[in-house]
Amino acid sequence: MRGFAFKREWIHGWLLLLPALVFLFAFTHIPAVATLLNSFFSTPRGKRSAKFIGLDNYERMLNDPVFWKVLANNLWFALGTIPVSVALAIVMALWVNEKLAGRSFVRMAYFTPTVLPLIAVANIWLFFYTPGFGLFDQITGFVFGWPATNYLGDPDTALNAIMVVTVWKEAGFFMIFYLAALQAIPVSLKEAAEIEGAGRWTIFWRITFPLLMPTTLFVCVNAVINSFRLVDHIFILTDGGPDNASALLLFYIYEVAFRFWETAYGATLTVALLVLLSLLAIGQFFFFDRKVHYK
Amino acid sequence: MTGASLTFDRWLNTFAAWALALLWVLPLAYAVWTAFHPAAYEARFELFAPLTLENFAKAWQAAPFARYFLNTFVLVTMILAGQFFLCTLAAFAFARFRFPGRNILFALVLLQLLVMPDILMVENYKTMRLLHLVDTIPAIALPYIASGFGIFLLRQTFMTIPRELDEAARIEGASFLGVLWKVYIPLAKPTYLAYGLVSVSHHWNNFLWPLIVTNSVETRPVTVGLSIFSAIDSGVEWSVINAATLMTSGPLLVAFLLFQRQFVQSFMRAGIK
Repeated sequence: MRGFAFKREWIHGWLLLLPALVFLFAFTHIPAVATLLNSFFSTPRGKRSAKFIGLDNYERMLNDPVFWKVLANNLWFALGTIPVSVALAIVMALWVNEKLAGRSFVRMAYFTPTVLPLIAVANIWLFFYTPGFGLFDQITGFVFGWPATNYLGDPDTALNAIMVVTVWKEAGFFMIFYLAALQAIPVSLKEAAEIEGAGRWTIFWRITFPLLMPTTLFVCVNAVINSFRLVDHIFILTDGGPDNASALLLFYIYEVAFRFWETAYGATLTVALLVLLSLLAIGQFFFFDRKVHYK
Repeated sequence: MTGASLTFDRWLNTFAAWALALLWVLPLAYAVWTAFHPAAYEARFELFAPLTLENFAKAWQAAPFARYFLNTFVLVTMILAGQFFLCTLAAFAFARFRFPGRNILFALVLLQLLVMPDILMVENYKTMRLLHLVDTIPAIALPYIASGFGIFLLRQTFMTIPRELDEAARIEGASFLGVLWKVYIPLAKPTYLAYGLVSVSHHWNNFLWPLIVTNSVETRPVTVGLSIFSAIDSGVEWSVINAATLMTSGPLLVAFLLFQRQFVQSFMRAGIK
């Protein structure tokens, strides 16, 4: 009888999982495998069906200057936005966690960009950046006397202008996680350190920051994924231009697959993105794992 | 540290926190300013400039925003209902059933946290074409319905529920689905609320996949509608574009301001567990 009961539990478990797994496999796992397979084939056109071409797509990718350009852009984008938004998030959380005059307004101000659609955010900032006319130029013109500048139209500044928007949107989101972590730190630790005569700076670096390490790991993993995933605002702000100066990897995949309809090459680029994401996730995990444990 | 320097320190912190907060609301405040004033005041700041709702009226007439809102509403409801249903069943299986393959399947579920459907748009588009679903609202919704994140979140919650409650209900003759319905789901209400808020705001704001898979007024959600409306060469006035921008984010923004505490706590809860 016991064996029978076990079997029934198995069947119940599988049946409960079945609907979710069908959707999960249909739209995540099978497409992921299909992407890998299609990267070895040519793009089917009209009556010509896809042909096995081995590593040709990968060869093309390695010789594609635009691929290297968007990859470099993406790395610069990640390196520029992640540390800044994480640092800002910690500072914001420390402030909001204290007894501050008008705390609820300050918290709301930091968090509001998080609930706005990235598309709407881009519209707001596009206007903000408008040469001569937008608030940004008006302020820099009034305070520093700078001439009108086309930040989004200049290859040297377009990506940086987009990074500013990203930091603005993300910092408040990460703040929430630090706020939760700060509230979980026992007050007694800080009080003991104060009795020992430790200043605020020491308390932060010796007590608060190490205790926030798991949160930092979580936030960083999220931030890395987001830096490869969030491209909505590029559509509005620069459309990747000028001359791909502000295009990121996922945006380039979209262009290749849905503007030039080169789906096989799009699949190859997707494989590159997936490999990159996995490597980063694994690397980050090991890097932080050591730090989190030794504290 | 002396008392005087401590108060100075506090004063400095308050000042800096406020300065950053004001900097942070500036872009939004600017958008609100232009949306509620005639176009002549777009870049002129006068305290008593006349207020107007005309920009909103113009935007509403210039594009089928009513239809876009309806589409987004249907989309978000469809996704949320599907996610609640599928994720609840799967989370229950992972939390309380033993069966072969459980760990491997759970790892496959977690894999979706890294490999998101957005990244696989090329293949997912092919699938939708195969199913003849391109340019329909279900096509936008389907890839997100089985959410690895939702399954993980609910499983963590279900595992904190004492087994005694579960067993007591079974002794009273409830089936395992009855136990799920009468014990687990009611006790996990805060998680459902948290997950629901995160999911709704995420899919209300989602852009790339809907952009790819829709191409008509009848299916486009507000984000895609807005991007078409405000395309650079469309020649619409800035004040009207800003009005449209605020309009599309309006419902979420108002909900956020009304339920600020729940929102913040939901994002916290959804992130930590």
